[in-house]
Amino acid sequence: MAIDRTLYREIPVTNGLWASAAVLVAFLLGAFASFVYVEHHGHIVTGMTNQIVWGMPHVFAIFLIVAASGALNVASIASVFGRMAYKPLSRLSGVLAMALLAGGLAVLVLDLGRPDRLIVQMTHFNFTSIFTWNILLYSGFMGIVAIYLWVQMDRSVDPKWTKPAGLAAFVWRLALTTGTGSIFGWLVARPGYDAAIMAPLFIAMSFAFGLAIFILVLQGLCRLADTPLGQGTIDRLTRLLVLFVAVVLYFTAVQHLTNLYAQEHAGFEAFILKEGGLYTTLFWGVQVVLGGLVPLALVYGRSAPVTAGLARLVSGLVIVGGIAQVYVIVVGGQAYPMELFPGYEVSSSFLDGEVAAYAPRLPEIALGLGGVALALFATGLGAKVLRILPSNLSDHNLPG
Amino acid sequence: MSFRMPNGAKVEDRPTRRDFFKSGAAFATMTLAPGVTLMAFGGSAASAAVDAGKRWGLLIDTSKCADDCDACVTACKTENGWEGNGDAERDVQWIRKVTLKNKATGHESSMPVMCQHCESPPCVDVCPTGASFKREDGIVLVDKHICIGCRYCMMACPFKARSFVHEPVNNQKPHAPRGQGTVEGCTLCVHRVDAGGIPACVESCSATGNGAMVFGDLLDPSSEIAQRLAEFPSVALRPDLDLNPGVRYAEI
Amino acid sequence: MKLARIFLALCIILTGGALSAADGVGPNIPQATGEPHPEGNDYMRRWHMEMLKHDRDLTMYLGVRPADASLSECFECHTVRDEAGTPVTVEDERHFCRACHDYTAVRVDCFDCHRSTPVDFDEPALHAMILRGPQFRSWGADDPEVLLAYLSQVMTEPN
Repeated sequence: MAIDRTLYREIPVTNGLWASAAVLVAFLLGAFASFVYVEHHGHIVTGMTNQIVWGMPHVFAIFLIVAASGALNVASIASVFGRMAYKPLSRLSGVLAMALLAGGLAVLVLDLGRPDRLIVQMTHFNFTSIFTWNILLYSGFMGIVAIYLWVQMDRSVDPKWTKPAGLAAFVWRLALTTGTGSIFGWLVARPGYDAAIMAPLFIAMSFAFGLAIFILVLQGLCRLADTPLGQGTIDRLTRLLVLFVAVVLYFTAVQHLTNLYAQEHAGFEAFILKEGGLYTTLFWGVQVVLGGLVPLALVYGRSAPVTAGLARLVSGLVIVGGIAQVYVIVVGGQAYPMELFPGYEVSSSFLDGEVAAYAPRLPEIALGLGGVALALFATGLGAKVLRILPSNLSDHNLPG
Repeated sequence: MSFRMPNGAKVEDRPTRRDFFKSGAAFATMTLAPGVTLMAFGGSAASAAVDAGKRWGLLIDTSKCADDCDACVTACKTENGWEGNGDAERDVQWIRKVTLKNKATGHESSMPVMCQHCESPPCVDVCPTGASFKREDGIVLVDKHICIGCRYCMMACPFKARSFVHEPVNNQKPHAPRGQGTVEGCTLCVHRVDAGGIPACVESCSATGNGAMVFGDLLDPSSEIAQRLAEFPSVALRPDLDLNPGVRYAEI
Repeated sequence: MKLARIFLALCIILTGGALSAADGVGPNIPQATGEPHPEGNDYMRRWHMEMLKHDRDLTMYLGVRPADASLSECFECHTVRDEAGTPVTVEDERHFCRACHDYTAVRVDCFDCHRSTPVDFDEPALHAMILRGPQFRSWGADDPEVLLAYLSQVMTEPN
C-alpha cells in the first residue's frame, strides 16, 4: 500500500503556541521563586520533616523520571520491534523522553539540601549506592537518546544505524528504570520497600505513564500545529496504553499479595490497604480504580475505535493514577512507622511508632509543578526548532 | 616548583604530587583510609588517633534506665549544640529516649536510641557521594563537606538515627560544626573519644547515678563493655537485619 | 584596539573606585593580632585552602586533632570587632575572610557549618532564620510591634 513519505516540520508560531509558552513560563518562574525561598530559609518552610524526608518534589521527580524512560517506548517499538506504524512518532518520542528526564532531574537537584554541591556529586561517586549508578544512567540516557535522535534526523547517516541505536537506547532505559525502582527496592529498613519486585513494577509503570503523557503531548502538539491526527494512530496507542495499565495492575497485585503472606509486613499492608486513611483512598480509589480498572473498562469494553476525546480521558486517568501510585510508594512507605525491635511497640519524642503526618506546602508543590512545566516547555521548544513532528498523521498515511 | 607573585617575590611551591609518589609514602597513606583526598603533603599520619584494632561501642542496660530521666539527651544537646525549638517533626534529634513495649507480654522498657554505628551500615551503602562513612574504629560519621543533603541515608537507616538540618544554624560548638542542608547524627562524641575521653551521654548517665550506659572497646577482652557483653545477655535493635551494630541493649 | 583599551581602563577604574582600599586596587585586609604565621602572608594567602583541607582530612578520617589546626584557632588572631568591641560574624562584610573573598568573588562554604567567631562568643541569630523557637519568643518575637522594631533596626545596620 502506497503511503506518502513522512515529512517532518517544525510547528508554526501561532497565538496558541505563545499562550501555552506563557503559561508554562509562569509555572517555571513559580518553581524558581520557591527554590530561592527554600534555599534561603531552609527546608523548614516546606512540609517535609525528619519522618517524611521525601515529599511532593520527589513524587513529581520520580513520576517524571519513570515516565521519561517510558516515553521512549514508542520509538523503541518502531526501531527495535520493527512496527512501522510507530516510525513517524519516533523523533517526538525521543525528545519527549529527554525533556521529561530533564524536568524530573531538575526537581530532584533543586530540592537537595545543598544543591550548590552538584559538582561535588559529579566528582565523588560511591559505587555501592544505586543513587550513584542512577546519576550515570540518567546522564548516559541523555547522551544515548541524543545519538539516537541524531541517527534518525541526520540525512548523512545511513538508516542502518537506527536499529542499533534504538536497541542501545532501549536496553539503557530498562537499566535506568530498574535503577530507579531499586532506589526503593534496595532499602532494607522499611517494610514498604525492600522488595525485588520494585524494579519490574517501575518498568511496567514507565510503560504506562510514558505512553499516557506521549498521547496527550502528541494531541496537544498536533492541535497547535494543525496537523491531522488519524483515529487509527490514536486507537492503536490507547489500546497499547491500557495493556500496559493491566501489566502495572498485575505487578501491583503480586507485590501486595506477597507482602500479605509475610507476617512481618502485615502491619504495613493493613496500613496501605485498609487503615491508612488518605493512603488507602489513594491506593484503591485513585491508583487501582481510576488509574487502572476504569481505563481498562473504557477501552476494552468498546469495539469501536477509540476517539481522541476518550484517549485524552484515559491518558489523564492513567497519569492521575500514576501520581497517586508514586505518592503511596514514596510517602506512604515513609509514613508507616518502623519497628525498632520486632514484636515491640515503640514510642518516643521523635515520633517513633506513630504514623507520620505529611502536609505538603506551596513551595514544594510549586517546585514539582515547575518540573512538569520544564518538561513540557522543552518538548514544545524542541518541536518548534527541530523537525520532529510529522506533517501528516492521518490514517491513509499509515502502513498496514 | 615555584611561582612569582605579582610584586615579584618568589614563592616555593608545596611538595608536588610527584615528590609525594617518589617518597613512597603514597602507598601507605592511600591504603589507610579510603576516601581521603589530599594526603599528598608528606603524610603526618603517624600520630593518628584512629586505631583499626579498636571498635568503639555502647552497652545500655535498660533495667537501669529510668523512664523519666533524659540526662543523656540533655548532655548531648549541650555538648553538640542542637537545642531544639519544640518541633518534634523538624527538630534535629541525635539521641532520644524510646519506650519499647512487648506486644505480647506488655512489659515496658525505656532506653536511649542513637546512631547504632553498625558494622554494615545501610546509610554508608546508599550515600551517593560517600559522605556517610565508617571510620576504621567503627564510628559512623557524616562528612558534611561532601554531604549534598539528599536524605537517602535517612530513608535507609532502620533506626531513624539521622536528622536533616531544616534551617540556618549559627553559634555552633567548635568541635561540632553543623549547618543547614546537611544530614547529621550521633558521632559517638568522636572529638572526645579521640582525646581519650567518653561520650557526653555516658558521662551524664554515670553522673545521675543510674549508670545505664557503658562505653568502651568491643575488641578489647579486658574492657568493661566486652566483659559484660560476654557475661550477660544483650541484643541489638532490628536483629533481623544482621547489621552488627556497635550499640547493644541489655534487659529489654 | 583603542576602543578595547579604553573599555579595559574604564573597568579597572570603576571596580577600583567601588572598593574602600586604602592604597588603590586590592582588598582591605583587617589587621591581625598575635604572632605572624611562620610561612609568611603570601604563602598563607595562596595555600590556606589546601592546608585547611589537608588538616580536615586528617581530623575527619584519622582522628588527628592538632590544636593549632582548628578553625577556631584562626579566630584567636583574625577576629574583626565592630565599634562596640563585639566580634563580627561572617554575615558582616567586615569579617576577616570576607575582606578577600568578597573582593575575589570566591564563595566561602566553610561557615555554613563552622562558626566564624572565637569560641567564647555567643553569636546572635542569623537574619535568614525563621523567627521561632524559645530564643526568639523570649524577646517577644511573636509580638508584631517588637518584630517591627527589630526589622527597622536590621534595615539600618550597615551591611
